[in-house]
Amino acid sequence: MSAKITINNQHLNELENEAIYVMREIAAQFEKPVLLFSGGKDSIVLVHLAIKAFYPARIPFPLMHIDTGHNFEETLTFRDELAQEVGAQLIVRKVQDSIDQGRATEEKGINASRNKLQTVTLLDAIEELKFDAAIGGGRRDEEKARAKERFFSHRDEFGQWDPKNQRPELWNIFNGRKNMGEHFRVFPISNWTELDVWQYIMRENIKLPSLYYTHHRKAFNRDGVWLAFAPFMQLKPAEKVVDIDVRCRTIGDITCTGLTLSTANTLEDIVSEIAASRITERGGRYDDKRSEAAMEDRKREGYF
Amino acid sequence: MKTVDTLEIEPQRGLLRFTTAGSVDDGKSTLIGRLLYDSKSIFEDQMDQLEESCRRRGKDEIDLSLLTDGLRAEREQGITIDVAYRYYATPRRKFIIADTPGHIQYTRNMVTGASTANVALILVDARNGVLEQTVRHTYIAWLLNIKHIVFCVNKMDLVDYDKSTFNNIRQELDTLVLKLGVEDAHFIPISAKMGDNVVDPSEKMFWYDGPTLLSLLETIEIEKDWEFTSKRFPVQYVIRPQNDAFHDYRGYAGRISGGVFHKGDEVLVLPSQLKSRIKTIDQYKTSLPEAGFGESVNITLEDDIDISRGDMIVCSENPPLIGQEITMMVCWFNERPLQPRNKYIIRHTSSEAKCVIRQIEYKVNINTLEQENDCQQLKMNDIACISIKTTKPLFFDEYRKNTITGSVILIDEATNETVAAGMII
Repeated sequence: MSAKITINNQHLNELENEAIYVMREIAAQFEKPVLLFSGGKDSIVLVHLAIKAFYPARIPFPLMHIDTGHNFEETLTFRDELAQEVGAQLIVRKVQDSIDQGRATEEKGINASRNKLQTVTLLDAIEELKFDAAIGGGRRDEEKARAKERFFSHRDEFGQWDPKNQRPELWNIFNGRKNMGEHFRVFPISNWTELDVWQYIMRENIKLPSLYYTHHRKAFNRDGVWLAFAPFMQLKPAEKVVDIDVRCRTIGDITCTGLTLSTANTLEDIVSEIAASRITERGGRYDDKRSEAAMEDRKREGYF
Repeated sequence: MKTVDTLEIEPQRGLLRFTTAGSVDDGKSTLIGRLLYDSKSIFEDQMDQLEESCRRRGKDEIDLSLLTDGLRAEREQGITIDVAYRYYATPRRKFIIADTPGHIQYTRNMVTGASTANVALILVDARNGVLEQTVRHTYIAWLLNIKHIVFCVNKMDLVDYDKSTFNNIRQELDTLVLKLGVEDAHFIPISAKMGDNVVDPSEKMFWYDGPTLLSLLETIEIEKDWEFTSKRFPVQYVIRPQNDAFHDYRGYAGRISGGVFHKGDEVLVLPSQLKSRIKTIDQYKTSLPEAGFGESVNITLEDDIDISRGDMIVCSENPPLIGQEITMMVCWFNERPLQPRNKYIIRHTSSEAKCVIRQIEYKVNINTLEQENDCQQLKMNDIACISIKTTKPLFFDEYRKNTITGSVILIDEATNETVAAGMII
């Protein structure tokens, strides 16, 4: 791949200015915000934007990772290094603890995933630590329910989203007012597309976990999606573990992160690959294949 | 990891945000679907999902509206309830579409979609010509100060691509545009269904020598709409690192809402009315000689002045209006009606105050544009001129001069809901 890569710089500047504006609104309007950090590219970009928004001061909120226990090892190493480098407090809450306390029940069967269980752990953590705003890397281009999402998205005292009854969002005046016990989810990169994120990573030279670059890995194919093999995963009889060259286009829980067959091992290669791709990044996410409204249903309950 | 030395950064046109208003039958979804499809912004897995959805609903043809209607309730009822945002790009520009429903009961959604748009697309059915809804959509676009309106006279295939049909409609639209004072109006005969003049020029309408819709959207100039004359900087947040390296640093963080600020400029701080000079304009680790409209920066001043969120840094030669008695156009968003003497929270740039409604001056009939006097309350979706009094002075401009320092929202203190959008006149 040697296609010449051009970056629409003015467009990226506008998105960056908007996201930094949102970051500062969060710090000004809420008493105890937290940045939800998954180790994926979108949350890494969020951290980068937060650094820029508050420099030369430190980021005025902690990072929180909801750990399913089914992570790629590389993600955890990267997470710890980044938190240290930024000088931010890192809070980790584990889905395993929610299961052990009987707050969440492990899914059974071959497609069992802890993706959905994260909601329980997340809402418990928000309540326990009294966060009033949780900053997420959700983008409107990702998925059709997300296309309806606000920058400042209200959650009731049960952490639920009511998509039909959302506050209108006019100009760039954000209304973060709420009652006790309620909170907001805030999405500073709402208007970014996947390609914008990659171009921005390239322009700003942002460090990413090695998983995003092509590497050798044990994987198996399920219903057309390549999934990484981990010891706790059950295989169907016909499924075979093979050694292949892959990279991640998104990173989530290991059980639902589809892998891309690729040879891209530089940011230039990745940007060209994304620009030429005819499949969306969530096309490889096993968690969205459950039903047409899978994301809407999870979001209503309080998912990221 | 390789560094980005082979990177080529091209100065291109930035973002264009446009809004589309339309009703169920006027072909809006088909038009958006065609823009997305022909610019290759619909992906294979989205197309597969779409085909599957259509099959399940027993449809023979692919219904592109299922792509834009994101919520379960919308798909079930076959209507757009809310504003949906769509993204696409061509090599020349990136676009954000705010897709809104067009019926009168969704006026508030149209207002929301229009509030951030640079361009409004208004669909006119070639068979029906200018209808009440055309007037309504055009009025809302004008009211929200969208400078560029593109009228797409659609379904030209159903009127045999007839030139005089288009010209008659165009004449009627011209009258409307002139009456309202729309700054920049465009008229394109299209067939969204057949693809004429959307992305590719129409062979059937050889008599039309203007641009196609896509090429117009790619080239329309919006940079001159930005407010470059009067300096406005609402302070969002104060940055005080209080660490060894930046011990005395006191940066006022915000996004420039008007004009261009230069290092060394004399500025006025409101509400204190104190004057100072700009010491630095910082963007992360870079100190800039100047920064203009839309940029998020930190400003530091030569003098130690007490400044906090809600204050505004402006130029002393052309300051904003300062006052507590304000007249504005509002669109009412809530089921609970607005009535004189009601009290609300008002948000304006980064400041917040309380206000009381003094009077409803008049209501606008948005189908006929006539003013109705003697109005005692506003219902959801009403548009009216009201006067209010605030608990503390606001620093503002007329909305038509500056959409950022001229806009407000009203919030119901009991429910915390955003109940109105206001444009200061």
